[in-house]
Amino acid sequence: MIWAAFATILSHWRRHKLQLAMLVVGLALATALWSAVQAINAEARASYAEAAGQISPDRQDRLVGPEGQVTLAQYQTLRRSGWQVTPVVEMTLGTGNRQLELIGIDVLSNPLLADLMATQDDADAPQTGEPSTAQPPTPADLLLAPGRMFAHPETQFPTAPAGQSWPPIIRSEQVPRGLGLADLSTVVAMAGTPDRFSHLVLLPNQPKGVPPLAEITPELRRQTAASGADTAQLTESFHLNLTAFGLLSFAVGLFIVQGTVALGIEQRRGLFRTLRSLGIPLKTLITIIFLELFAITLLAASLGLVLGFVLAGLLLPGVSATLSGLYGARVDGSLTLQWHWVLSGLAMAVGGMILAGAQSCLSIAKLPIMAPPAAAARGQQACRNHRRTAAVGALLLLGSGILPVAFDGLLAGFVFVGALMIGAALLLPWALSHLLRFGTQTARGPLAQWLWADMRAQLPGLSLALMALLLALATNIGVGTMVSSFRLTFVGWLDQRLASEMYLTIPAREDPAAITDWLTENDVRVLPIRHSDERYEGLPLEVYGVADDPTYRLNWPLLDALPSVWDKIAAGDGILINEQFARRENLSPGDQLRIASDWEAEVLGIYSDYGNPHLQAIAGLDLVVAKRPSISNRRFGLRMDETQIAPVRQQLQDRFDLPATAFINQSALKAQSLQIFDRTFVVTAALNLLTLGVAGFAILTSLLTLWNQRLPQLAPIWAMGITRRQLAWCEILRSVLLAALTAVLALPLGLALGWALLAVVNVEAFGWRLPMALFPLDWLRLLALALLAAAIAAALPARKLSRLHPADLQRVFSNER
Amino acid sequence: MNASSICNLFWAGLLAIGVCGGANAQGYAGLGTTAEGFAVPQPNTPLRFPQDHAAHPEYRIEWWYLTANLTGVDGQDYGIQWTLFRSALRPGSQDQENDANIWSNSQIWMGHAGLTTAEAHYFDERLSRGGLGIAGVEAAPFRAFIDDWHMTGTSEEIDQIQLFARGDAFAYDLSLIADGPLVLQGNQGYSVKSAQGQASYYYSQPHYRIRGTLQLPEGPVEVTGDGWLDREWSSQPLAEDQSGWDWFSLRFDDGTKMMGFQLRGTDIFTSGTWIAADGSATPLEPGVLTTTALSTTQVEGRDVPTRWRLQLPERDLDITVEAMNANAWMGASFPYWEGPVRVSGSATGIGYLEMTGY
Repeated sequence: MIWAAFATILSHWRRHKLQLAMLVVGLALATALWSAVQAINAEARASYAEAAGQISPDRQDRLVGPEGQVTLAQYQTLRRSGWQVTPVVEMTLGTGNRQLELIGIDVLSNPLLADLMATQDDADAPQTGEPSTAQPPTPADLLLAPGRMFAHPETQFPTAPAGQSWPPIIRSEQVPRGLGLADLSTVVAMAGTPDRFSHLVLLPNQPKGVPPLAEITPELRRQTAASGADTAQLTESFHLNLTAFGLLSFAVGLFIVQGTVALGIEQRRGLFRTLRSLGIPLKTLITIIFLELFAITLLAASLGLVLGFVLAGLLLPGVSATLSGLYGARVDGSLTLQWHWVLSGLAMAVGGMILAGAQSCLSIAKLPIMAPPAAAARGQQACRNHRRTAAVGALLLLGSGILPVAFDGLLAGFVFVGALMIGAALLLPWALSHLLRFGTQTARGPLAQWLWADMRAQLPGLSLALMALLLALATNIGVGTMVSSFRLTFVGWLDQRLASEMYLTIPAREDPAAITDWLTENDVRVLPIRHSDERYEGLPLEVYGVADDPTYRLNWPLLDALPSVWDKIAAGDGILINEQFARRENLSPGDQLRIASDWEAEVLGIYSDYGNPHLQAIAGLDLVVAKRPSISNRRFGLRMDETQIAPVRQQLQDRFDLPATAFINQSALKAQSLQIFDRTFVVTAALNLLTLGVAGFAILTSLLTLWNQRLPQLAPIWAMGITRRQLAWCEILRSVLLAALTAVLALPLGLALGWALLAVVNVEAFGWRLPMALFPLDWLRLLALALLAAAIAAALPARKLSRLHPADLQRVFSNER
Repeated sequence: MNASSICNLFWAGLLAIGVCGGANAQGYAGLGTTAEGFAVPQPNTPLRFPQDHAAHPEYRIEWWYLTANLTGVDGQDYGIQWTLFRSALRPGSQDQENDANIWSNSQIWMGHAGLTTAEAHYFDERLSRGGLGIAGVEAAPFRAFIDDWHMTGTSEEIDQIQLFARGDAFAYDLSLIADGPLVLQGNQGYSVKSAQGQASYYYSQPHYRIRGTLQLPEGPVEVTGDGWLDREWSSQPLAEDQSGWDWFSLRFDDGTKMMGFQLRGTDIFTSGTWIAADGSATPLEPGVLTTTALSTTQVEGRDVPTRWRLQLPERDLDITVEAMNANAWMGASFPYWEGPVRVSGSATGIGYLEMTGY
């Protein structure tokens, strides 16, 4: 009996294959979007976790030499005076994804290897073409030729330098990818410089009473260790961002499911009535319906997971680019299946299905056995519900208005955005209903009046789909406003920052003085670009020296500064710092800052420095050179007349035999910067488009749901002489009009969202506050897109209507239930 | 840092064996492995001075080992240890002496310094490979060094030396003057270590008078006292079944001194030297000295005997040797116990105790 009932209920889908497909596709899309975002997050987090678990060559203070090198003599001097230091040689071999960073350490004195060995159990099988891997190495293996090299299992080795071969490789997950770690004896044999090191690591426990570094090796500079904590915080907010996006996508996807499920139940109302009349208890009926939905959900969710995995694979490179571009955090470009996002995808799908199915089942439960399926009456009841949802929506909006005033921080930002979006969505049916009433009142002519009134009547059935559209449009406007504001600011900032007409990097073999002298003689203003790499609390800090030139005075984008700041900079009285630095350390002009152990300066001003993940400072060139006499002087900004660019470049090339790579045109540099910027936000754009697509799909399913209820309402109009063709156009017009009204309401919501993203979320996530810019053309394009989506969604029902046999319409009257 | 992992990696490995402390088939820290390719001590080879104060790279291992019992102006007793170990990763004949890569040197140097008070024990360690000018032994004047730790003579001889070491919590700077002759251990410096004939070259200078300064966390302390230098080199000093040793250098109040040791293997092998007040030395025949552990102390998770009974019937000696500070554990790349002791019983005095393989 139960099986028979189950088979009967299932038979509906056999006859409505398109509807089944829609249900499955809707749920699969929702699951796909959600699980793709989860997969990306999980992958990025796994990457961080792996990096944290790996040996890190940056975690100790180090001593660096003026030319980026430390000599054996300096190392001996330090050790013989008691300092516990250990030398490190770094070199890079190969290119592209076969690039390998080689790090040579003294395994006797560097704790890195001990860390590595502590978890090193067995050696992995060698990869093809590599020297065979040895068993756990003895110090003699490590210290004496050919030595051993530690590398991640996935690290690819480039061809060894001519006349040399790689030592046996020991594979270990503990070593970061793209890095080969070996004893100095091994790396030095490849580098050929046994008496030069990249830097010395200062070991943690130094003996008591050793002479100060400044006395024994005054030419070496101490840099503090990297902490990495900030990146974690920043990337965390980025992931929260992504998660919010995923949740939104899922919510939009759920509207489709809700629509389809409602349709499936609506259409089977007669069948349910029959089944119940035949004696199937209500409980059994509802259980069967849920079983059916559950089976469909599993099918759809599995499809969605596959789709999500593919989608994540496509989006991940963009995410990696964003994370490395904005925060300097490294995420591997490859995706691995992780059980927790698979589970989360399934759970969301099942949860969503229960949510979507519950409402429909409730309506069945409430349905009196013999009651006719009076769609219109239920529609009117839904209309009364508008007020209740509208009241909840208004409360949420009110709450969201208070939030940013009352609370600070990222989470408050997200709660605000969430409350704003849900509140507005709940208010939508009420607002649309009023707009439509106004339309009805102002309409001229019976057909127009009917069209408005009909729209109002259809509102309950379409409201969920329209809410989805509202959310999608608002998200598009909000995120679009953020990204475009960001881009506009960035472009403006690039114009300021890249003020020089041409940038020149003089190759090491050339004498910079000869070239700069020639340039000066030829009326080109030469602005040296010299910087010193410092470390501030372990984070890389670049300190640039700038010449006293109108270029900086006129163009440099200062956010805040003391009076006559450029005179003070020229006089060496202080420094400028970038916004990131100021926000991180909570600094304002006038504060004192110690940027290196031997360098304290007053903060004279703060400048915007978008897209730079690192701390930066600017000081007068004379001051920087006085502090760091040995910084290289090979990069220059060249100021000249526009027309001079090509000839000067040609003459420089001819006269000094400079390679083409020595020059970068300002325009090329800007294009490159923008390219990086755009790549950063490619994920956002892709998610935006997908969400909009899903919303369009939701409208389609809702219209199809309404299809059967439409006939009784359309038949009288047809009978009054309106052709089927006209009625079909009316269908499309109706859909487009509703979409347009929704879009109008989505605009303020989107702008509010954009404001929240810029003023709250962005500051937390990226470290910069951006001015908000409005882009009405973008809105128009989006509106067009929304209307197009609505038209396409209505096209299928409209086509069906225009091809409907007159007899079917007539039957409405003869067959009135 | 995980001490045991470093232990596994370095010290054990330096001696080509992957075991750290504890009983094992190839002796404590691999000292029982075969000596293939390395020179092996031969009996009846006269030691030559001052040449033999310097390094013997053709042998696998070697050490310059100085311990001292000191008394501060504050009346407290102190003990210090200063040791430089040399270990060759492969026989010298295979070492590419002319290799331009100075980092491929096969001689590894390790320094240990310890300072023990009644309540505290400080130690530190230094490691370097040879050929870098950071560690080694120079002949004229005599100078054994690693980093800024050094044992420096005024000439090629070692009768007057300056001793210096410092860690992150302690330092010492001491002047040592010997008022007695060098003592050749075993048979004229050929010291047998097992019934199978494993042996080392071994001589001592047990007659140092010391004056100098200790730096402690509480501040500097002026000290005076007595020091004992051991010089030993070999390629396979232990038999394969020997897991460790207990070594005593005792200074009795009547001016006599005794070096005694037992090597723990399948059988216990004991030996030593009796040193008269005038410095003349008499080897103790294997087995005449008996050692009995009276009680143990739990140190770093190991049971270490810190109270001993030593009996030497031929000298009517029956004494109890007790650690001044039971926690004198050297948790270095290869861990062992090394600290000052007090002697009571048929004779009284002070000295040093070293215990390995626990």
